[in-house]
Amino acid sequence: MEHHSNIVPWQLLARQTGAHLKYVGLTDNGHLVHEDFRQHLESGGIKLVAITHVSNVLGTINPVREYVREAHKQGCRVLVDAAQSVPHMPVDVQDMDCDFLAFSGHKMCGPTGIGVLYGKKAILEEMPPYHGGGEMIREVHLYESTWRDPPYRFEAGTTNIAGAIGLGKAVDYLSEVGLRNVQAHDQELTEYAHDKLGRIKGIKIYGPENPRTKAGVISFNLGDVHAHDMATLLDEDGIAVRSGHHCAQPLMERLGVSSTTRASIYVYNTEDEIDRLVESVERTGRVFKV
Amino acid sequence: MSSIYSEIILDYYRYPRNKGSLPHAQIHARDTNPLCGDVIEMQLELDEKNTVKDVKFNGQGCAISQASASMLTELVKGKTVEDVRKISKEDVLSLIGGQLTAVRLKCALLSLKVLKTGVYNYIGSTDATKDEVSSL
Repeated sequence: MEHHSNIVPWQLLARQTGAHLKYVGLTDNGHLVHEDFRQHLESGGIKLVAITHVSNVLGTINPVREYVREAHKQGCRVLVDAAQSVPHMPVDVQDMDCDFLAFSGHKMCGPTGIGVLYGKKAILEEMPPYHGGGEMIREVHLYESTWRDPPYRFEAGTTNIAGAIGLGKAVDYLSEVGLRNVQAHDQELTEYAHDKLGRIKGIKIYGPENPRTKAGVISFNLGDVHAHDMATLLDEDGIAVRSGHHCAQPLMERLGVSSTTRASIYVYNTEDEIDRLVESVERTGRVFKV
Repeated sequence: MSSIYSEIILDYYRYPRNKGSLPHAQIHARDTNPLCGDVIEMQLELDEKNTVKDVKFNGQGCAISQASASMLTELVKGKTVEDVRKISKEDVLSLIGGQLTAVRLKCALLSLKVLKTGVYNYIGSTDATKDEVSSL
């Protein structure tokens, strides 16, 4: 169920290091097959587990804490892709006990081109720099150098200062609104939208059937209407959705579709807007005579 | 904004003309739109005068990409390769009618891109024709 950004870098790394990639399967209603994960762990040789906290397509919330605990028992480290969870719910890296966690500014009211990679201090201290340049050094000689402590060691050169200030403001804003409030609002509208959309003739909603167990994204298809046609017709009614493979082609393959339409819910959305979405999806159904 | 989804487009989407394949086609090309996964394949069978005797398309994707491919096959049938080469973006867009956003233009023009790729592979490609194809 991973986004390409949690697949492609590992493919590149595997090519570099000779590592092998193993995947955990997916159930028909969009949950990871826990047994698959256990088998991989028990087979040994797993060094790193990379897992998304929330699926950007299905909205599935993975029980990351449990996965981390099991992985640690086998001596594996865990990286969590939290790009879809950090903007939508309180996330506590200490409670989760993950070794690394990444999220992006542009998914949380912040600027593009900046994000956060968290790593446990003890691990970061062991790690060599991956980039060389200014600011990251302690002393530089002609043939050798020493490094500053983390995080500076990993921030070579002039950093994206404007981006960092923008992201800081976004964090302040979301903290002020309160991530619990964001989550509750998302939850309420997701349940409402699930219920209303689910009644439309010919609609197929992907992912967990119970909206209470998922985050605020609803991916769907209507009859044989292609997602891009759906998105264009919704756009005519002033509704912005994402259509396509959502940077998750392996997941599309698993679902047996080329694309889906995804409605994403956030703090600024209202129940009235969900009603308009539903009306517009129904109109699309009439245009295409579904 | 007037809807692009006219009865005609939907009719071509549901009941595509000239869909299938031609085992003896001299011109054959296929391409995909990586952004949305639309696939179009075009096959043209020519007679001794280099006139399009028969044409078929195959593919999958949105209504716009599939309808435009089907309409394009009707346009090229009976034309000489030279005339097929001259078909422009505007010709295809006027077949479709309605207003398209920049993103959807790619859907509408994928079949023309495939057609031109096939034709240029057949008559010989130059830097200019490569530029023309990549601008679609």
